[in-house]
Amino acid sequence: MEQLALLPGRLTAHLGLTLVALALGVAVSVPLGVLVTRVRRLEAPVLGTASVIQTIPSLALLAFMVPALAALGARSIGYVPALIGLFLYSLLPVLRNTVAGLSAIDPAVLEAADGVGMTPRERLWRVELPLALPLIVAGVRTSAVWTVGTATLSTPVGAPSLGDFIFSGLQTRNFTSVVVGCVAAAGLALLLDGLVRGLLIGVERRSRRVVGLCLGVFGLLAALAAAPVVGGALGRGTAPIVIGAKTFTEQYILSRIVAGRIAEATHRPTETLDSLGSTVAFDALRTGQIDVYVDYSGTLWATVLASNQGEAQAGPMDRAAVLREVEQKLRERYGVLVAARLGFENTYALAVRRADAERLGLRRISDLGRHAPGLKVGADYELFQRPEWRSIERAYGLKFAEQRSMDPSLMYEALKNGAVDVIGAFSTDGRIISYDLVVLEDDRGAIPPYDAVVLAGPRLVREHPEVIRALAGLEGTIDAAKMRRMNADVDEGKAVPAAVAERFLQGRY
Amino acid sequence: MIELLEVSKRYGDAVAVDRVSLRVEPGELLVLLGGSGSGKTTTLKMVNRLIEPTSGRIRLAGKDVTAGPPHELRRRIGYVFQRLGLFPHLTVADNVGITPALLGWDAARIRARVDALLELVELDPAQVRERRPGALSGGQAQRVAVARALAAEPPVLLFDEPFGALDPITRESLQRAIARIRRQLGLTVMFVTHDVVEALVLGDRVAVMRHGRLLQVGGGQDLLRAPADPYVEQILRAPLEQARAVTALFGESSAPEETAP
Repeated sequence: MEQLALLPGRLTAHLGLTLVALALGVAVSVPLGVLVTRVRRLEAPVLGTASVIQTIPSLALLAFMVPALAALGARSIGYVPALIGLFLYSLLPVLRNTVAGLSAIDPAVLEAADGVGMTPRERLWRVELPLALPLIVAGVRTSAVWTVGTATLSTPVGAPSLGDFIFSGLQTRNFTSVVVGCVAAAGLALLLDGLVRGLLIGVERRSRRVVGLCLGVFGLLAALAAAPVVGGALGRGTAPIVIGAKTFTEQYILSRIVAGRIAEATHRPTETLDSLGSTVAFDALRTGQIDVYVDYSGTLWATVLASNQGEAQAGPMDRAAVLREVEQKLRERYGVLVAARLGFENTYALAVRRADAERLGLRRISDLGRHAPGLKVGADYELFQRPEWRSIERAYGLKFAEQRSMDPSLMYEALKNGAVDVIGAFSTDGRIISYDLVVLEDDRGAIPPYDAVVLAGPRLVREHPEVIRALAGLEGTIDAAKMRRMNADVDEGKAVPAAVAERFLQGRY
Repeated sequence: MIELLEVSKRYGDAVAVDRVSLRVEPGELLVLLGGSGSGKTTTLKMVNRLIEPTSGRIRLAGKDVTAGPPHELRRRIGYVFQRLGLFPHLTVADNVGITPALLGWDAARIRARVDALLELVELDPAQVRERRPGALSGGQAQRVAVARALAAEPPVLLFDEPFGALDPITRESLQRAIARIRRQLGLTVMFVTHDVVEALVLGDRVAVMRHGRLLQVGGGQDLLRAPADPYVEQILRAPLEQARAVTALFGESSAPEETAP
């Protein structure tokens, strides 16, 4: 199974991220806790800030690091944003417990420490920290468990972690993969928690053996986590070509097709980076942190190139014209090349259950108009905020009873079981076949075209013309029906993305 | 040996200690006696700089206590207080040996010193050395605290109501131990208490304080015979009144000897 082969790599990446974030968190929050107990007027602002950080939803915190780092001109995708996010997240439990532990010490003991002639530093090291240690360690344990869990969310910002299993598993309905990711993360959390606890017990009982054992295991874990980094640094002869994928099935398949195509034609090493957030992917390409990924002309037109176009660009549009304009703008503005047009569109499409379509006589979006006030519509997180949705509403005069945003992997399920009546589906999604859904025709041309295009980053364009030529070979090789079949095969659990991609490259779709 | 010259401590408008001048001779045990709020504890804590005076000077063996850093001063002064402050995470041996450890004594010397001190305060080193303070009785803990104060062989000892929380039997036995030890070692001692009997039994001289001011200093007999202030007379007479009341009580009923088996 493809997933299990990835486990050691993802596990060590996850471990590395967690250990470094946790170590930094402890290294900062314990001294900070000591500081605020010396300078009491700092206590409220410092603890307040840490608490506010903690209330930010963790996914948002990690995702926010990407534009924040990009604005500072730093490396904005992958390890660094994930690490900073996790580090910030790990602070509060340790900080709060350090302050609580130091504050809880009997004043008589502190007076005695002064009385026997300790300097403030000796008092801190010999009396205060040892007495606060159990509470500090409890904070570290909480922090460790949180950090391991939260680290699964570093996948969408481009840092490999156990979250890869969870995100891709949810998207491709591969629940074994989800379970593998969750169990591995839970196991890791328990292991770290146990180690920290063991360390405390060892210290309290003054048992060199217990302390040595725990430190040994920590060292082993750290070595495991560091091995790929060191190995990577040594073996940096030929940097692999990195192919990105957004968070849905089609992207997983296409990224592997692209990787396979490059490997086949050029024998260069490749690497896939899965489950990137939608805007994260383009930023990653632009800044050279990935080299290739597949995007859609309408998305690029509406989101990436929108800034100079004003808001009102969405409307009836010509497929070829949009493509031409996107190609030109990407090249001029970012040096990004459209290396191939795959030959299919994956557009937003309104889909309904077949039973409803027959009962209400729905074939086109314009047929929805009358019924909309009695229907609930669901879509992914983005659609309702996008210009396309305003364009649909305007062109067809639609007013639904309720709008619900949800994870795209759950949207089809929600339509099937009646939680919503209409969804903003993706036109190539395999579940349109599996769930027997009807896609309504966009008879007034309100939805812009979404041609799938392979984008190549500036570095690749400059340095690897042979790869660009290989990618050009994918031009026009996939039509919508073929894409839907490949998606369905993954979504119905018949094959993993890599296997589907391999079969495609052998010409068997 | 210990000299206080016009020492005052003010907290805002409140005066805790008001221009106190005192002298404790080498080898003498001076008791500071007074009720709560009399300023006796504040006076004591200014000697080892747990509290810094607002004005006035304090000299120890002729040298101003503010001459060096406070921790160096405190390593030369033993300090015992009512709430003990034994370090709960350290063994009895480590508690007693703490000041020598801070001074950088080697382990063997500390160990020998700890055992000698535990014997001096009438504890069995083999039995209590490795215990944590939590596993000691109140009297044992207080003995350990005394041993800790003596560990670095300080010439001066400060006691802040050390036996206030103990039962009368234990208290008496500890008082006897202190009286013996300070003679044996020739220590200069300042001892704060509100217990008049304790003051009279232990003190070479007694200094009576009230409202931050020093009312009178002298031997117990002198104070009783010639009180300089009505309060001095009142406080010194209190135990005599109590003793009379107790005697009267025993006199009325059957004599204590007869009820004993």
